[in-house]
Amino acid sequence: MDHQSPPFFKRGPSPLARFAFFASLSVVLMVADAYQSYLGVLRQAVAVVVTPLQRLANSPSVLGDRISEFFISQAFLQKENSRLQQQELQHAAQLQGYQAMQAENAYLRKLLEARKQSDQTLLMTEILYAGRDPFAHKIIVDKGTTHGISAGQPVVDDVGVIGQVTRAYPFSSEVTLLTDKDQAIPIEIVRNGMRAIAFGQGQDGTLGLAFMPMNADVQPGDTVVTSGIDGVYPPGLPVAVVSKIERNAAVAFARIVCTPSAGVGLHKQVLIVTSDRRKEYEVQAAPLLAAPAKVETAKGKGKRKGESARQ
Amino acid sequence: MALTLFVGLMLNLLPWSGAALLLRPDFLAITLLFWSIREPLRMGIGVAWGMGLMVDVADGVLFGQNALAYSLAVFIALLLHRRILMFTPWQQTFYVLLLLLALQAMTLLIRLSTGVDFIGMGYFAASVSGALLWPLLTLLLQLPQKVEPKRD
Repeated sequence: MDHQSPPFFKRGPSPLARFAFFASLSVVLMVADAYQSYLGVLRQAVAVVVTPLQRLANSPSVLGDRISEFFISQAFLQKENSRLQQQELQHAAQLQGYQAMQAENAYLRKLLEARKQSDQTLLMTEILYAGRDPFAHKIIVDKGTTHGISAGQPVVDDVGVIGQVTRAYPFSSEVTLLTDKDQAIPIEIVRNGMRAIAFGQGQDGTLGLAFMPMNADVQPGDTVVTSGIDGVYPPGLPVAVVSKIERNAAVAFARIVCTPSAGVGLHKQVLIVTSDRRKEYEVQAAPLLAAPAKVETAKGKGKRKGESARQ
Repeated sequence: MALTLFVGLMLNLLPWSGAALLLRPDFLAITLLFWSIREPLRMGIGVAWGMGLMVDVADGVLFGQNALAYSLAVFIALLLHRRILMFTPWQQTFYVLLLLLALQAMTLLIRLSTGVDFIGMGYFAASVSGALLWPLLTLLLQLPQKVEPKRD
């Protein structure tokens, strides 16, 4: 005899089976996301749904900001106005010098037959919110692929580099800060032109210069700027200031800690450098790269490209 | 039910930062748990999984991380819902604390496997605050279900 349970007991597959299904699905998604970039389209599709919700959730605090801005005092505005005017005068003076220098630089570059450096196009974006993942240092800004932003573009503020766009959605994008663990940026020490790579340290909000020999000529207080040889970050942007150096004979490398110069918590706006320098580099470096292809490793790729393009 | 889940998601999406972020209870998770304990027939692991994906994208973390954690918590809640309902609200709070801890431990495991540093036990504060919110949530979400007794 065949017993069949009445229909009201039928609940489809058991919870265990369902859980196994969804768990394996998410594991597949995670692996695919971590090792490949196939999921861009799927992520963007979900982002299109989530972004409006996010904007809606942000609206109370935005409204609060607007109201407090409205009630800002006259005295404060006047003070700020005079300060800004002074600043503008200073900047104007500096800019004149800059223009002269730019002309001179262009002339010298022509003499050297060097590649003409492209003008940077900057896009002003507003920070929507700081990333909610307590393990990572990220911010979300309010412009996306529809405004010409793509993953890999550098992000700066008025003082220096903040980080890099790591994911671009249609109407928003994710910026990974320099202080995020293992976020790397090629740098140069202004005082002596020494090149190195700075890595984010994660939780304590500092940067570390990796693989620097014990006798490296670095002093506390040295200014660190982007070297520009990676083809991603424009050269000469302030990155950090060396704050601490530990030379321990037990380890092979000196431990150099830097404090980032740009302040992310201070502003609501950041600038994204949208001119794609990597493409120019690839075009220029292609013939040079053909020969020493062997030395390219996954991490040093950008750097090598840059170097060979300079030589 | 859909409305409460939506509200839970929105509360999660509010711009939290700093210490508030660490203390923030996972509103969406406790709403999901509530429905999977109260209405196990209408609540499924699939819903939890889908909501988890949305959170993944909004937070910009590994795709599927929250989805897995949510579906794990809802799965345990579905298994235990008969037992949990026998307890008083305060005893239920303890159970919910365990469920939320399991959820966060899952997320933590995934994050550690991708190579980040553990940020300290403060990370689990969100579970405690979420569990403390449970009696309030039970009260709130059951309000519409209570029917006035008819008078003769």
